[in-house]
Amino acid sequence: MSSRSALAAGFRPPLGSLSAALFGRGRARRLVERNVVAYKRRWWILATGFFEPFFYLLSIGLGLGHLVGRLELDGRLVDYAAYVAPGLLASSAMNGALFDSTFNVFFKLKIAKTYDAVLATPVGVGDVALGEVTWSLMRGAIYSFAFLCVMGAMGLVLTGFAVLCFVAALLVSFAFAGLGMGATCYMRGWQDFDYVSMASIPMFLFSAVFYPLSVYPGWLQVVVSITPLYQGVDMIRELDAGLLTPALLVHAGYLAALGILGLAVAARRLGKLLRP
Amino acid sequence: MQRAGARQEELSRHPGPAGEPARGGEVVVARGLTKSFGDFVAVDHVDFLVRRGEVFGFLGPNGAGKTSTMRMVSCLSPVSGGELSVLGMDSGASGPAIRARLGLVPQEDTLDLELSVRDNLYLYGRYFDIPRREVRDRVERLLEFAHLVEKAEEEVDTLSGGMKRRLTIARALISEPELVILDEPTTGLDPQARHLLWDRLYRLKQEGVSLIITTHYMDEAEQLCDRLVVMDKGKIVASGSPRQLIEAHSTREVAELRFGVDENAAVASKLTELAERVEVLPDRVLLYTEDGDEAVQAAHCLGLRPEASLVRRSSLEDVFLRLTGRSLVE
Ligand SMILES: Nc1ncnc2c1ncn2[C@@H]1O[C@H](COP(=O)(O)OP(=O)(O)OP(=O)(O)O)[C@@H](O)[C@H]1O
Ligand SMILES: [Mg+2]
Repeated sequence: MSSRSALAAGFRPPLGSLSAALFGRGRARRLVERNVVAYKRRWWILATGFFEPFFYLLSIGLGLGHLVGRLELDGRLVDYAAYVAPGLLASSAMNGALFDSTFNVFFKLKIAKTYDAVLATPVGVGDVALGEVTWSLMRGAIYSFAFLCVMGAMGLVLTGFAVLCFVAALLVSFAFAGLGMGATCYMRGWQDFDYVSMASIPMFLFSAVFYPLSVYPGWLQVVVSITPLYQGVDMIRELDAGLLTPALLVHAGYLAALGILGLAVAARRLGKLLRP
Repeated sequence: MQRAGARQEELSRHPGPAGEPARGGEVVVARGLTKSFGDFVAVDHVDFLVRRGEVFGFLGPNGAGKTSTMRMVSCLSPVSGGELSVLGMDSGASGPAIRARLGLVPQEDTLDLELSVRDNLYLYGRYFDIPRREVRDRVERLLEFAHLVEKAEEEVDTLSGGMKRRLTIARALISEPELVILDEPTTGLDPQARHLLWDRLYRLKQEGVSLIITTHYMDEAEQLCDRLVVMDKGKIVASGSPRQLIEAHSTREVAELRFGVDENAAVASKLTELAERVEVLPDRVLLYTEDGDEAVQAAHCLGLRPEASLVRRSSLEDVFLRLTGRSLVE
């Protein structure tokens, strides 16, 4: 919850009506409230999203880790599982945020016409965008938190910076919630969701979740390092190792900027679609 | 004859306060209001005023621009031209503030498919920032009003069409709006539900709520509306109280004569003298006249023997068909 109010507070209109159009008029929480009520009847759907990264941790982190052995991370030797875990935390945050900001937003926008009714009330398109992004972020936060607990229980949290890792995971969720929603508002049909998988699966496999960036040739390193998931993986891994470097701020700023960009795009597009 | 009689009775039970002085000014003022979609002009420079506390109707054939107008008035779609003030505020600048005081029944139900019937009402109330406890009270009252208490926990998908309509109407009232906009509210309702809604709308009106309604049921418009406009192809082609419209665009009575399918047209030429206006339909001939019985008598004197005849008061339907034509023009 605190993440939500912190986020909402961060977007208090600094520029009057422009920002109100893009980020709502403080009624975003009504959308969150709606989603909470809607999920009360199907909370088990929420539970399913947790298992995927957990199973990866077991099969790749522990299973494959047997073959890999220990490796060096910032000058000390760690188990492979401990190396992979921060990366899986980041991808947990990504996937959690994408569930609702893509499929479910599309359903509500184009199929169920949920927002048509919402917009007949004082709630505006900016509220809808911010509310849905906040909810997606919250879902990402739930998975991140659960995964972090598993990491802790398995002894994979390397330093005492778990709280900072969680904050970083929130940023990853925010970036993907914004981007997911922004992209979804431009989708014409379900087939367009193939693009989401086409983007998120390679990102998951190649964004240095399972091995360091240094295995790539130089140009590929640049390409990969632009991906938001890599930004998140690297940030969480450094934090987990207890490294506080200025690069963290760059990662954080980049992710926050992507989230805000997605949010702004979504709000604009929703206005075009829903207020013809 | 019977149907017309029943209508007359209804009318006298709820005397229409046509021409009643306005209380407290106008709730909607539209001047040169225009809506275009690309090159297509859906609403073309219309002017109208809705006074506080009245029931104001929009009639018009499919595609006339009624829904487009309703959507502008409810600040759901921006105006393309002209001025529009709602509840004393400019519709462009104060959309959220206007919507906060307005209830909308859209033409198509936009219920939340992922919520139960009760939660549909509850969350809609929350969108208006109504405190939880207060919304809960209102939800129970509206469930009763909509006769949906038994269905309260059901998913919306399992409701019948008419039940969904009732839920949509109840939902529009959760914020206790000052102005309620109803776009074809009774389409799909059974007669019981229709009468129930009419009663409810009268009560709202008595409480001082202003109502704007579109409908394709002329009897509904005649009963409910203090004043109305007829739209056609994006323009307002007539306006006034139902009675004024009938006086202006039709005669007091209509005699309907049936001569058999093949003869109607042949006979019609002989009838032109008997009425102000004669209209030939495939199955009957209509004589528009001040005194229908007299016209029927006169027809008999001419030696004409209709298979059946019926005299009725002119209705809004006659006005409507006169103004917008009988054939479907798309
Ligand atoms: N979003 C839109 N984009 C393009 N054209 C539109 C749009 N909405 C309405 N129109 C057009 O505007 C015209 C008026 O439509 P509108 O829905 O206002 O009619 P209406 O009077 O409500 O008709 P009905 O009685 O069938 O509900 C129609 O020709 C319709 O095709
Ligand atoms: Mg319509």
